[in-house]
Amino acid sequence: MATQDQEVLDLAESRRDYKYGWTTDIEQEFAPIGLSEDTVRFISAKKNEPEWLLEWRLKALRLFTKMTCPEWPFLPYGYEKPDFQAISYWAAPKQGPKSLDEIDPRILETYAKLGIPLEEAKVLLGVEGAAASAAEGKAKAKAMAAAQAEFETGAVSAEPRKVAVDAVFDSVSVKTTFQDELARAGVIFCSISEATHSHPDLVRKYLGSVVPVADNYYAALNSAVFSDGSFVYIPKGCKCPMDLSTYFRINAKGTGQFERTLIIADEGSEVCYLEGCTAPQRDENQLHAAVVELVAHKGAKIKYSTIQNWYPGDENGKGGIFNFVTKRGLCEGDDSHISWTQVETGSAITWKYPSVVLKGDRSKGEFYSVALTNLRQQADTGTKMIHIGRDTSSHIISKGISAGHGHNTYRGLVEVRKTATNARNFTQCDSLLIGDQCGAHTFPYIDVRNQTATCEHEASTTKIAEDQMFYCTARGISEEDAVSLLVNGFCKQVFSELPMEFAVEANKLLAVSLEGSVG
Amino acid sequence: MTPLLQIDNLHASVGEVSILKGINLTINPGEVHAIMGPNGSGKSTLSQILAGKEDYAITQGTVAYNGKDLLGLGPDERANEGIFLAFQYPVEIPGVSAMQFLKAAVNAKRKHHGEEELDAGSMLKLFREKAAQVKINPEMLKRNVNEGFSGGEKKRFEIFQMAVLDSVLGILDESDSGLDIDALKVVSDGVNSMRNGKRGFLLVTHYQRLLEHIVPDFIHVLVKGRIVESGGREVALELEKNGYAKYGIYQPAKH
Ligand SMILES: Nc1ncnc2c1ncn2[C@@H]1O[C@H](COP(=O)(O)OP(=O)(O)OP(=O)(O)O)[C@@H](O)[C@H]1O
Ligand SMILES: [Mg+2]
Repeated sequence: MATQDQEVLDLAESRRDYKYGWTTDIEQEFAPIGLSEDTVRFISAKKNEPEWLLEWRLKALRLFTKMTCPEWPFLPYGYEKPDFQAISYWAAPKQGPKSLDEIDPRILETYAKLGIPLEEAKVLLGVEGAAASAAEGKAKAKAMAAAQAEFETGAVSAEPRKVAVDAVFDSVSVKTTFQDELARAGVIFCSISEATHSHPDLVRKYLGSVVPVADNYYAALNSAVFSDGSFVYIPKGCKCPMDLSTYFRINAKGTGQFERTLIIADEGSEVCYLEGCTAPQRDENQLHAAVVELVAHKGAKIKYSTIQNWYPGDENGKGGIFNFVTKRGLCEGDDSHISWTQVETGSAITWKYPSVVLKGDRSKGEFYSVALTNLRQQADTGTKMIHIGRDTSSHIISKGISAGHGHNTYRGLVEVRKTATNARNFTQCDSLLIGDQCGAHTFPYIDVRNQTATCEHEASTTKIAEDQMFYCTARGISEEDAVSLLVNGFCKQVFSELPMEFAVEANKLLAVSLEGSVG
Repeated sequence: MTPLLQIDNLHASVGEVSILKGINLTINPGEVHAIMGPNGSGKSTLSQILAGKEDYAITQGTVAYNGKDLLGLGPDERANEGIFLAFQYPVEIPGVSAMQFLKAAVNAKRKHHGEEELDAGSMLKLFREKAAQVKINPEMLKRNVNEGFSGGEKKRFEIFQMAVLDSVLGILDESDSGLDIDALKVVSDGVNSMRNGKRGFLLVTHYQRLLEHIVPDFIHVLVKGRIVESGGREVALELEKNGYAKYGIYQPAKH
């Protein structure tokens, strides 16, 4: 994140424009265009993968070619299905960097511009101001940063923490920070390509264990051609000493991004993981089909937060990212806990249902979501909570905001299997409409096979209230700022789940995404 | 001297119903004016029109603020130029903390005047100072705007906002209603501490009790959309005694 001042300037200048729409001009290497066994072999060879992984990919490709694209997502504007033979499945900067010094300065610049610190000196993600003013006294700076965050989010302030970053540029991870410090705690945090070499047993054991290769159409495609992503292993009893994050940047034209992330939290461990994404502004649609798998063993806790700000396309619905993502967590052990928090503001189309399989007894799944559609964006998103173990519980808070000509759909499944005695679910699903050209849709599915289960569902659809608007404007707040303030209030329950710095960012992002939606 | 506020022959209506029927009122810098009048006579309508509420059609008349047309400005511009309306019924804003809300308001005003945004530290300091001045607990600022505030807390929070935003023309729509004796004193002290040669106030009230605490320069009686009488203290005392009967308005007996 840039300094606060820069943020404010950017906010003032960017208006409705997508602020991350630029490209980095850099020499890149591409896979031959089109999808085939050769493509898969090319990618696997590039990454120097073991034979089993190549076989795994080829199997996925064979299954993919027999599958058909899902038709059930709600897309009132329709879309043109991606032509899999027209894109390249691999794009990487030509120079393969090993240390920070070797990274192409233009890539470093890219991440600096995005506000992602790749230099370990700049560790205070989101509160660089605090680091910069170190001369004034660290304590004071910290207090200031905390006060700032309290203002921005209303959240109870916490100390800024260290964040390790894995930066994925198109198809490859260009840098993972703090690896040494993490290694001392026994934490493995690296790109998944690296992990296939350094920790092949772990990768082989868990890859596809939560999302099988043929789970769904885009998961199968991802399994065949996935390029890079993050790998995390938290050892038994370890509370990860810092937050981990991956930052995805699509840069190259005519490509897709197919990342794969795998996080394993061993018994009694805890980790907080953050994910952010942006892409250049282009007239063509670009495909982002990721798979994220989480495994929480006995007593482990994984908290996964996403801020998705892919390019959304223009007001006529031209361009933008197709974000077709499979995210699933397995609460494998008793008393394990997986929590998804997502703030989805970008992409032309989003299909995404971060889910939790509650296998362990007393395991707990949570889903907190803010999805905003403006312009002609179409989002079909929600969650699945699959209760298998006894006394499992799930909690779903979904906040959908529709503005402009956007269409926002919540689709959620709560499934209670026979074995899930005393399962509990609470679902709250709120929609907010801004203007009268947009839409909000809700499809809750509940499938209960055990009499002892309790499922609660609450839903509401509201508009921005006139008297609230007047109360704000009568205090000098512009209409546009008033809307984003009210929307921010609407999202509070979700934002309060985010780490402080992310909450500040999410808040600003909403404001930018809503610009031009009133009046 | 340019009047702070000059209302000339103001007519306003909602749909077919006309509510204000020719209001004339001049407030000079430093003056405190009180408006009294029966329920439904148009006091809140006048207050809200001055603050820029768009529900009303202005069918005739003009309003000048510091010698410049007011009616052409949006509510946010008016506020940033120093007009403050303490609402009769302050609204709740779920999920938005009082701090966050006021920070947005303070910075909007600063931006309007070409000043830099206030940093978080100075902002907190300002809030603490003003909270002490109007005797509200700063802890209240961590709560969502007006959410779960008691009636009296809401009114005090309005006065707090007026102090923070350092308004030039304060319009208080029944800020005394529903207050206990101590809270009434807090609200009155808040206003009195802001009184000076530049600021003006328009107090809407039903009770002359408030006017014992904040002694106005003028009292006006608003009936059916018109100011039917203006004068000093004696007007309020007379109303307290005899109600609005002499203006041809039936008032139910007082409890
Ligand atoms: N938006 C509106 N739509 C319809 N009628 C309105 C509207 N606003 C005000 N009125 C009507 O105008 C009249 C004056 O209302 P107003 O709220 O200004 O009265 P008031 O003097 O403030 O009364 P009170 O002492 O009860 O607060 C009332 O009859 C009210 O119903
Ligand atoms: Mg009133």
